[in-house]
Amino acid sequence: MTCLDLQDVSVQRGERCLVDKVSLQIPAGSLFGLIGPNGAGKSSLLRAVAQLLPHTGHCHLGAQRLEQTSASWRARRLGYLAQAGELAWPMAVRDFVFLGRLPHRGSGLPLSWRRSTDHDSGPASTQTNEEAVNLALKQTGLSELAHRPLNQLSGGELARVRLARALAVNADVLLADEPCASLDPFHQLSVMELLHAQSRQDRVVVVVLHDLTLASRFCDQLLLLHEGAVVAAGEPRRVLTPDNLQRVYQLQAIHGEFRDQPYIVPWQSSSSATPVNSTNKSGFRLQDEIPVQ
Amino acid sequence: MNLRNDLALNALLLASLACLMVLSLTIGPLKLSMQEVLAALFQGGSANLLPESLAGIDRAARLHLIVTEIRLPRVLLAIIVGASLGMSGAALQGLLRNPLAEPGLLGVSASASLGAVLCLYFGLASISAWLLPVSAMLSAALSTLLLALFAHRSTSNLSLILAGIGLSSLAAALISLAINLAPTPADVQDIVLWLMGSIADRSFDDIRLCLPFVLAGLGLLLSCGRELDALTLGDEEAQSLGVSPARLRLKVIIGTALCVGASVAVAGAIGFIGLVVPHMLRRATGYHPARLLPASALGGALLLLAADIVLRLVSQDFELMLGVVTSLIGAPFFLLLVMRNQAEVAR
Repeated sequence: MTCLDLQDVSVQRGERCLVDKVSLQIPAGSLFGLIGPNGAGKSSLLRAVAQLLPHTGHCHLGAQRLEQTSASWRARRLGYLAQAGELAWPMAVRDFVFLGRLPHRGSGLPLSWRRSTDHDSGPASTQTNEEAVNLALKQTGLSELAHRPLNQLSGGELARVRLARALAVNADVLLADEPCASLDPFHQLSVMELLHAQSRQDRVVVVVLHDLTLASRFCDQLLLLHEGAVVAAGEPRRVLTPDNLQRVYQLQAIHGEFRDQPYIVPWQSSSSATPVNSTNKSGFRLQDEIPVQ
Repeated sequence: MNLRNDLALNALLLASLACLMVLSLTIGPLKLSMQEVLAALFQGGSANLLPESLAGIDRAARLHLIVTEIRLPRVLLAIIVGASLGMSGAALQGLLRNPLAEPGLLGVSASASLGAVLCLYFGLASISAWLLPVSAMLSAALSTLLLALFAHRSTSNLSLILAGIGLSSLAAALISLAINLAPTPADVQDIVLWLMGSIADRSFDDIRLCLPFVLAGLGLLLSCGRELDALTLGDEEAQSLGVSPARLRLKVIIGTALCVGASVAVAGAIGFIGLVVPHMLRRATGYHPARLLPASALGGALLLLAADIVLRLVSQDFELMLGVVTSLIGAPFFLLLVMRNQAEVAR
């Protein structure tokens, strides 16, 4: 059973402390959400875990200390999905997803699409590259578009292609930076359902989110960051309290439950509006009247 | 599927290259037929005859001499220079993730030109034929060292481009200074003609000089293929796949500098090959930077050889310079490509 274990992880840029001594444990088989306002240090923390940013402190995956592993060791075990960026070349969807198999391809010629024979090829050694790519395309609902060039896709399709690329790595740990940004509600839900299903396959899935309802509904555990420091960590209900939202986001929100699942609708920023004390017309009551628990 | 496409494409390019090689060998003051060229290449007479004794020897030996000692170096040089410019362009475009990148961008070719121009300016070229290419190559190496040091310290591609622009502006200014201060009009003409780029009147000595560097550069660039593919995803995701962007940048800079420095040293500044060729072949290679590398090398060789043939067919009694011709053909062609791409994007 692998487990991602962070001890006192800090990221410093110049004088500024982007992430301040974060310690947490994420067991395999769980979906972990990083939330917080813009600039809270969510992405920096994710990058530090992926060993893409210099940091202090320790990250362990199982018994291995990540800082001491080789880049190729990590490449097979940590999948990383960056925030949406500009794509350089309009290659076909399938070819793009295939790039995720790079760590599993032998060290031979650039064109060797062969089965990996490396004994240290990580969890995917029983799976051929083709199978992994086909599975990733199927999971993201892209099988139909496999031969379409990237520049003929909508923004939502592109986001799914990038996610498929990260899934194709078939790593123990998947680190996704805002995978739901720029997606419509349907695809936001389907991406979260997919990530949830991935976590249930004995993986560690860490995801940066802005949508509080998605965070509380799908994540097993949340970490709320504010200016680099941990404000709260644990189950969504205990993290997304009205007090915390007020403190971190300066936000008043509607908290509710539907079929035993929590939802949170941000309603107004406390800086601009007078506090809302009364029940609104639709019958929801605002945070300062009902604590959710 | 990709593999088969690539094999077909590269085989096609290679076959065209072989045809153009033979065609190129037939062209010259003495028109030869294909059969004569092939016969002269593969049988020929004894190769150690001196040119002064040309009149005295039999036709077969004479043809052998013309084909192997005069025309073959030119053809081989066109292939070597074209391949190195083509692959450097493809590698740089992959590294910078920008289809407008080209070998000249890093300032290596301008620096190599500066080395050669200084050699001409001080009249060193007349002392030994080797001095000019050697000084061009040393100058290219120096600018590469500067670039590599720079790339080592900074992490962004933009600052690499800016450093390249700075280097090439400096080199261009110094070249202008050398032309400005040149002692005699003849020196000015030498410098300007050299800057136009040419592969006329080259011997196997030039090939021997540049080939090791070009081969090393091509090998280094070819080894970057997978990492360039990964870089399609952006620096961070590429790094998460085990690629080190900093090391890749260094490899591409050094590979490009070896290729371009050696090419400029023997052939002068030849533009547009590194820009146009990857552009033409990108779609055929499925927009894979790795698959583009070998195809661009073959395509560059093909294009430069074709340009050299056109040049010799057009100019019988005056010598057109190769660099001028490639730019004359390349620039409008490039504009056309850009316009067609625009139309595609607009659709």
